[in-house]
Amino acid sequence: MLLRPAIDEYEPLFVTTIEGLAKRDHIARVQLLPDSNRDQPLAALRCLIAAFWLIRAHRPQVLVTTGALPGLFCLFWARLFGARTIWVDSIANFDGPSLSGRFAKPFANLWLTQWEHLADGKSIQFGGAVL
Amino acid sequence: MILLTVGTQMPFDRLVEIVDQIAAGFDEPFIAQIGRGAYIPRHMEWKGLIEPVEFEQLMEEARLVVSHAGIGTIVTAQRHAKPLVLFPRLASLNEHRNDHQLATTAALSGRSGIAIATTKEMLRACIDAPPAAFAVTNMHDRQRQLCETVSRFVAMHCVRGKAL
Repeated sequence: MLLRPAIDEYEPLFVTTIEGLAKRDHIARVQLLPDSNRDQPLAALRCLIAAFWLIRAHRPQVLVTTGALPGLFCLFWARLFGARTIWVDSIANFDGPSLSGRFAKPFANLWLTQWEHLADGKSIQFGGAVL
Repeated sequence: MILLTVGTQMPFDRLVEIVDQIAAGFDEPFIAQIGRGAYIPRHMEWKGLIEPVEFEQLMEEARLVVSHAGIGTIVTAQRHAKPLVLFPRLASLNEHRNDHQLATTAALSGRSGIAIATTKEMLRACIDAPPAAFAVTNMHDRQRQLCETVSRFVAMHCVRGKAL
């Protein structure tokens, strides 16, 4: 939600796994994805497929995600459908990039960490943080 | 009312139990979101998961928020300008995958509206004498920087008026 001012003028579509979040923030343009993580392969597969249909239907020009696995799936498909993509790695990743984030690397046009000490100035950039 | 949250993703029974013990000595009500924890509070009203809309209302009603050092809670408390006591999860006790919550609290220490506790005694002291509320609710520099970073990128690649 902190990134909303950066994208609001482009009439963004929000994708979330938690329905109540859109209601809380009064967001009308929203699509739901089933949640998934690395410990539940079947749920992950379902999410991967749902993300494919969602991205194919909406064909975004730009995709911004903070992860984790559902975000990775969206970023992956969006890039294959020609979008420019930003991965914002969660601030929870202090020791190094998240697992999802590492997988996202080849498909992200901009890969941001929220910790200055993790940036290498090339493929990992620091561009601010939520805290 | 004092609101306790350990987020929604992982249990944090150590904190829930400590706050429950502290709540026993208070007349003021405590409400807790205990996530997937196994410890059942005896002196607090509690729920596993609180829906976002209800959570927002509780946050608004709360006098003080006690929380694990989770980003979601911190950002929400800042938005509501609520004083916040953070109690970081420790990887050594299997409370999280790594010690980023320690890093987070270190980065936040000294900010207005935030107190940090790592023991029951410290937490009790923080609840007895809570930090003053956040002085500002506006975005701070690093948040603004992140917004601008994303904004620049989007502006380069997105035609205005055509939906994302």
